[in-house]
Amino acid sequence: MRVTVRLFARLRDIAGTGDLSREAQAGATVRDVWQGLVTEFPEMARYESSISSAVNADYARMTAGVSDGDEIAFLPPVSGG
Amino acid sequence: MKPIAVTADVLELEPLIRLVSNSGHGAVATFIGLVRDNNVDRRVTHLVYDAYEPMALKALAQICQEADREWPGVRLAVHHRVGHLAIGEASIVIAAASAHRSAAFAACRYVIERVKQIVPIWKHEFFQGGEAWIEGATANPEDEAARLEAVRRACA
Repeated sequence: MRVTVRLFARLRDIAGTGDLSREAQAGATVRDVWQGLVTEFPEMARYESSISSAVNADYARMTAGVSDGDEIAFLPPVSGG
Repeated sequence: MKPIAVTADVLELEPLIRLVSNSGHGAVATFIGLVRDNNVDRRVTHLVYDAYEPMALKALAQICQEADREWPGVRLAVHHRVGHLAIGEASIVIAAASAHRSAAFAACRYVIERVKQIVPIWKHEFFQGGEAWIEGATANPEDEAARLEAVRRACA
């Protein structure tokens, strides 16, 4: 299955784009998608303990399952206001 | 005019005040966040705000619902700017109306504290000699301790 990956702020800078399409195995979790990204972009590893994640624009845990066509977002610590 | 917005347009407070106010309200508290020209010894030239817009709108709506539970009857409006902001421009405007001043002040403060905790918006700071993404709180809307800290600050 394929998922869309959305990246923001520094994570987007590291990837060079905020919008990626990636293959995911059946039964994959948000964490699996993240680990794929870290393999591809090792510089993202230092965000492991500080990111939040979302599935289809709702906060989701790293253990949440993903489905074909989902939009998975990884959010560095926020700084609005 | 919507009570909640994430927009690249210049922010205006007056329409938000009109939106939240009604004849039963004795108080409107407001907050304007401004881009300042300095941050930790850096001379800031401008900011660029990035947002995950659909999610930011949901998070702002959640914050307003939380505030309504804490201070029943308070009416809120909050607009956050994104894109390029010059020094002195408003990055966020909040209006909170209530029958009495204590709830209006508290709800207004609560909204800005929670925005800094859970709304997926990021500040890219450009300063003399470089640039940096500002990284504040790890966003977790289920973190009850963080929410209670926002309530505590709101009521301080």
